[in-house]
Amino acid sequence: MSVIIILLIVSICISGGFLAAFLWSVRDGQFDDDQSPAQRMLFDQKITKK
Amino acid sequence: MSNASTTLSCYHCGNEVPDASIATAEKYFCCSGCKTVYELLNDYELCTYYELNKKPGLTQNRISRKEKYAFLEDAEIQKKLIHFSNGQQSQVSFYLPQIHCSSCLWLLENIQKVDEGIVSSRVNFTKKEIFIVFDPKITSLRKVVETLESVGYEPHLSLNEISSKAGRKTDRTRWYKIGVAGFCFSNIMMMSFADYLAVSNTVDAGIAFMLKAIIVLLSLPVLFYSATEFFISAWNGLKHKYLNIDFPVALALAITFSRSMYEILSGTGSGYLDSMSGIVFFMLIGRWLQARTYQTISFDRDYKSFFPIALNVVKDGSITPTEISKVKENDVIQVYSNEIIPVDAILSKGNAKIDYSFVSGESFPVQVNIGEIIYAGGKQIEGLLELIVVKEVSQSYLTNLWNNPVFTKKEAPKKSTYDIIGKYFTYLVLALGLSAGWYWYGKGEPVLMWNAITTVLIVACPCALLLSENYTNGNILRIFGLNKFYLRSPEMIEKLSKINHIVLDKTGTITQANGANVRYTGKILTPEYRRIIASLLNQSSHPASKLAADFLNEKELSEVVHYKEVEGMGIEGWVSEHHIKLGSSKFVGGAYNNEKPGTKVVAYVDGEIVGEFTISNKYRFGVTKLIQSLKKKYTLSLISGDNDAELENIEDLLGKDSDVLFNQSPQQKLEYINQLQRNYGQNVAMIGDGLNDAGALKQSDLGIAVVDAGNNFSPSSDGIIEATKLTLLDTFIQFAITGKKVILFTFAISVIYNVIGLYFAIQGILSPVIAAILMPSSSITIIGLTYGLTEWAAGHYGLKEYKKQPFPNPN
Repeated sequence: MSVIIILLIVSICISGGFLAAFLWSVRDGQFDDDQSPAQRMLFDQKITKK
Repeated sequence: MSNASTTLSCYHCGNEVPDASIATAEKYFCCSGCKTVYELLNDYELCTYYELNKKPGLTQNRISRKEKYAFLEDAEIQKKLIHFSNGQQSQVSFYLPQIHCSSCLWLLENIQKVDEGIVSSRVNFTKKEIFIVFDPKITSLRKVVETLESVGYEPHLSLNEISSKAGRKTDRTRWYKIGVAGFCFSNIMMMSFADYLAVSNTVDAGIAFMLKAIIVLLSLPVLFYSATEFFISAWNGLKHKYLNIDFPVALALAITFSRSMYEILSGTGSGYLDSMSGIVFFMLIGRWLQARTYQTISFDRDYKSFFPIALNVVKDGSITPTEISKVKENDVIQVYSNEIIPVDAILSKGNAKIDYSFVSGESFPVQVNIGEIIYAGGKQIEGLLELIVVKEVSQSYLTNLWNNPVFTKKEAPKKSTYDIIGKYFTYLVLALGLSAGWYWYGKGEPVLMWNAITTVLIVACPCALLLSENYTNGNILRIFGLNKFYLRSPEMIEKLSKINHIVLDKTGTITQANGANVRYTGKILTPEYRRIIASLLNQSSHPASKLAADFLNEKELSEVVHYKEVEGMGIEGWVSEHHIKLGSSKFVGGAYNNEKPGTKVVAYVDGEIVGEFTISNKYRFGVTKLIQSLKKKYTLSLISGDNDAELENIEDLLGKDSDVLFNQSPQQKLEYINQLQRNYGQNVAMIGDGLNDAGALKQSDLGIAVVDAGNNFSPSSDGIIEATKLTLLDTFIQFAITGKKVILFTFAISVIYNVIGLYFAIQGILSPVIAAILMPSSSITIIGLTYGLTEWAAGHYGLKEYKKQPFPNPN
């Protein structure tokens, strides 16, 4: 049964990883603007400068 | 809506094309401005702009001055606008109110094709902002602004942009708090689950200890980070000596935490930390829902967002663009067509026709003679003016309004109905807990006594009320937003539901700020009479003459001799051997028909009055219907800064017993609202649009500003409504009232859960498992019910019609 402790630690580490990823994405500004990226992805490749 | 088959519409902006004269490559335009933008985009191979959306532009029917942005070469102004510069790269962001569709986004993010010096550009669609990085060696701030203007996206540059120093930073702390609370909640749930199972099985002490240790560790960030705002808000309420709804929540959280810590540390139980973090998580999401709809709209605009950044000052024959704060008394300034005069000044040169509709509510432009004073906020309609400054920006007649105490005093937090319910609920719960404790104390059961007191407080916290308030208001704000009605904060929904008196402004609110109806009554005009009257009208630059001339729309005009214009009275002259007089009835010496109200131009030809032109305001579409429906439920008043030419029309509309006041100064408007509130105890909603309404909007219980689409200015207010949606005002109020009922109903439902919890708690036998089942299920029931009911009500009131509209839906 003591294997449960290892399982607990592993599961907390994994979910902690997701938490870190979430915090990172917030910090990066991914949640600041929820409209432009949704439209930006529909455009063709960016035009390069002449 | 569109009937493209019969009429041509502009390839750029979709406006009607009057004649097919402006065209290129089988594409027709409404004006040369639109065509210029198209040609520019075509040259730079940016026509994808037109492929992403049909007719994505805004009309370009205006002429802009070449030197308009010369002031951006001033180093100090540049410093205030540019966020960061290191000589290699400069970063700047602009507010572009024109942004509305994916074409805008695409074009603005490819703008570097037009200006080589722009390194990159990024659009924030929600905020309608563009962030540009440019190389100052290749291009300049001025050129960047001019490039944006040339493609039809003129940045909004006003005094406000340079006087508010701190950049608008997005607050991301709520996201962090939700993330942390969600993480801790789910993990505590999982650990508790293992712990609950372990009750029946014999698990070794090591594992049990480990589980509890992790639970305690995970609960710390929930209480000391995620839940801080509840404690802060409760404390602020206490400082103002009142219990807000956050107080019982904070109290319950504190008790839950300490009780759980006691149980865990003493080894007597496993605590309620899972329920506690769950409730914090759900409440934070509710707060986020409430806040997200209105975060991007600025409700606190004053005259500073209306005034330009710089003025052209004439000194010793040379013209220098000067920052407004540096313009002093007696400076000579130049003002061009369509520009706003930000100071009180005396006219020294030029033909001044000043549009005061925004600052005073006058619907027709005013003619100003040389030597007369022009007040700050007026807009020159056409032609160059030279003025001598009398009073600086900070001391002008207009800005004085902002010195009124209404603008400076801080409002004490007001109690909402829910705060009051929350308060009594807290008293009730405290009484219940204490009496249960007293009962067990009398029975000689001290353990059960403590159990009862604490668990009653834990299970009966009015979190449910807070949750239903947050989720309902959040969804109502969202639905309002989709219908282009934006409220400053959720508290305004409750204020909206209590309104019983509506005060309306006239110019720009129920009438259109520019545009007038012209009617002719009198003898039928022969083609000859039409021509000669139009010829005389054409000589005058008075607004009324212009409107009447446009109404006649004669292309061929004859020569006018002996022309004479009497200031404020009328015009006179001879055309093709006919003697004509046009003007007020006093000037002409009689009227054709005295009954019809409005501004009049009486026509007199060869000794006979032939008829008259009546000029009246153009009412916004649907206003009559709106007022008819509002009249039945609320007291209405109208208060305007304009003259009383429309008095009779408005009295017909509002009914005789409503107050209708004209010639009101901004100060008087404010006083009027104040009187209604103090002497009659009314809950007043003020609907206005101009700077002259700013005081009244602030003073009223709920100030709503009306804006035209694409217009970027609205005075400080509690709510902003798009002019086309004004007709829905009555529906919005009904919806707000329904929202209140939804909150109370869902709260009543949640009380059922509370009663079940209390049944166990009073007996002192509420186990953590019961709490862990009851609390989340109560929360989820509430969330589901509030969402479902508000959505149903929105459908019922027809507030879901927005879905039928095509794409442009920026909010």
